[in-house]
Amino acid sequence: MNAYELIFWLLTVMAISCALGVILSRNPVSSVLFLIATFFAVSGHYILMNAQFLAIVNIIVYAGAIMVLFLFVIMLMNLNADTEPQKNRLVQLAGVVSGGILFLVILAALKSSTNNMLEQTATDIGLIKNLGKTLFTQFVLPFEIASVLFLSAMIGAVVLGKKGEEEPQTPKGA
Amino acid sequence: MLLLQIDIAFIIEKLILATVILLGSLGIAMYATWGERKVAAIMQDRIGPNRAGPLGLLQPLADGVKLFFKEEIIPDSSTRALFILGPSLAMLTATMTSAVIPWGPDYVTESGRVIALQVADINIGILFVFGVVSLGVYGVMLGGWASNNKFSLLSSIRAAAQAVSYELALGISLVALLMMTGSLSMREIVEQQHGFWADGYFTWNFFKQPLGFLVFLVCTFAELNRAPFDMAECESELNMGYHQEYSSMKLGFYLFAEYINMFISSTVIATLFFGGYNFPFMDEVLASVGPLLFTIICVLVLLTKAIGMILFFMFVRWTLPRFRYDQLMKLGWKTLIPLALFNMLVTGLVILYALN
Repeated sequence: MNAYELIFWLLTVMAISCALGVILSRNPVSSVLFLIATFFAVSGHYILMNAQFLAIVNIIVYAGAIMVLFLFVIMLMNLNADTEPQKNRLVQLAGVVSGGILFLVILAALKSSTNNMLEQTATDIGLIKNLGKTLFTQFVLPFEIASVLFLSAMIGAVVLGKKGEEEPQTPKGA
Repeated sequence: MLLLQIDIAFIIEKLILATVILLGSLGIAMYATWGERKVAAIMQDRIGPNRAGPLGLLQPLADGVKLFFKEEIIPDSSTRALFILGPSLAMLTATMTSAVIPWGPDYVTESGRVIALQVADINIGILFVFGVVSLGVYGVMLGGWASNNKFSLLSSIRAAAQAVSYELALGISLVALLMMTGSLSMREIVEQQHGFWADGYFTWNFFKQPLGFLVFLVCTFAELNRAPFDMAECESELNMGYHQEYSSMKLGFYLFAEYINMFISSTVIATLFFGGYNFPFMDEVLASVGPLLFTIICVLVLLTKAIGMILFFMFVRWTLPRFRYDQLMKLGWKTLIPLALFNMLVTGLVILYALN
């Protein structure tokens, strides 16, 4: 076992145990914290694959921004273990069945794959320079379309946010 | 079992460097607390700390001892683990950024060994700084929430909203700088600002990106939670803010993390905009004093610039009154982000048409 494999297994154990922590912990705030730890482990895997840009962007965007908003909502709603509504049996059963099916699919996919561990590759495609060149030459159209998608989501959010503000004023005009 | 095929001397060198940087930033942060009181005193026509040691120079030690010996109180209704995690995270994120800052030029020993005065020269250096900054908000948020106090919660939510809002403008103002330099590595950015004057123009990024610097500076104030943007500890509205329930050294960690953050941010500003360890006529100095002394001068130059920035932070704190929360949000979203976008656009146009 060399250093690469050692780090790989450490990160893998961390990622899986933290992912389990997300769904098993009672307190929603600790779920979010486990999720952040999972993102860190996944970022570690990206670094092992020499994809530094992806690793750091994963941390900035997911751990640094989106999870902060998650925490925001959870803290403001003040969810606690005892206030969590009990789901009825049917919903629980449906959850177990669909989760089980997903598990089966993943198992089948893993069974047919030949190498069960990440290959230590020496590619440079994950470095920011190569990634940027590929994105802006080979994949420029999908890239731009994705940015338009983001723009529309932003405008949608602004429109939704504006609505609540204008509502009290409408009776005056009407 | 072959573990790491890295030179042992390399590891020892990096360990020593990291320890020195950590202790150095702790020491400077300690004396920044003393400096802040002296600056405040001078600006308000008072004397300031003058009891412990000459000029009150032992005051930071006295404060530290006091905080260590205070009774440790963890409220019954708090979430214990997160209550402890909060200040630890604040401290961790405050010290992490120092890893990618180049503190001086490479020093080549007699035997030809190159010692880099930088813990890690990664090719995503700036993004690393940005990532750590974006994680910095967790310390405040977790501490405020785990205290189970409404004032703490409100204050931590304010702080988080503020940090997330200003990160955007901070990032966009950096993009313009990166377009100029064409590299994300901190060392590369510093190397490009070599000396002071070259090819008929200043080499420091401050003169190339004045608007970007302004936006970056204002955003840094907000990210540091320093006056005039210290919404998180707005006494008149929120009692003491997110650390209201904290006592003893945990409170000390929160307060201290602010000063470490201030030192590291000042160094980052000096590195990105004021040429880092570069200074005018450095080639002539190198030729006359030899490499060892030159390296020391370079480190001192960087520290001088950083301390100058810290003093600037302090002057601003004791000059400007605190913003109101809605003014803060308006400034961030409606002024700084459009300004940063405009700056990015102009930079792009200049690079495309004027420089090519």
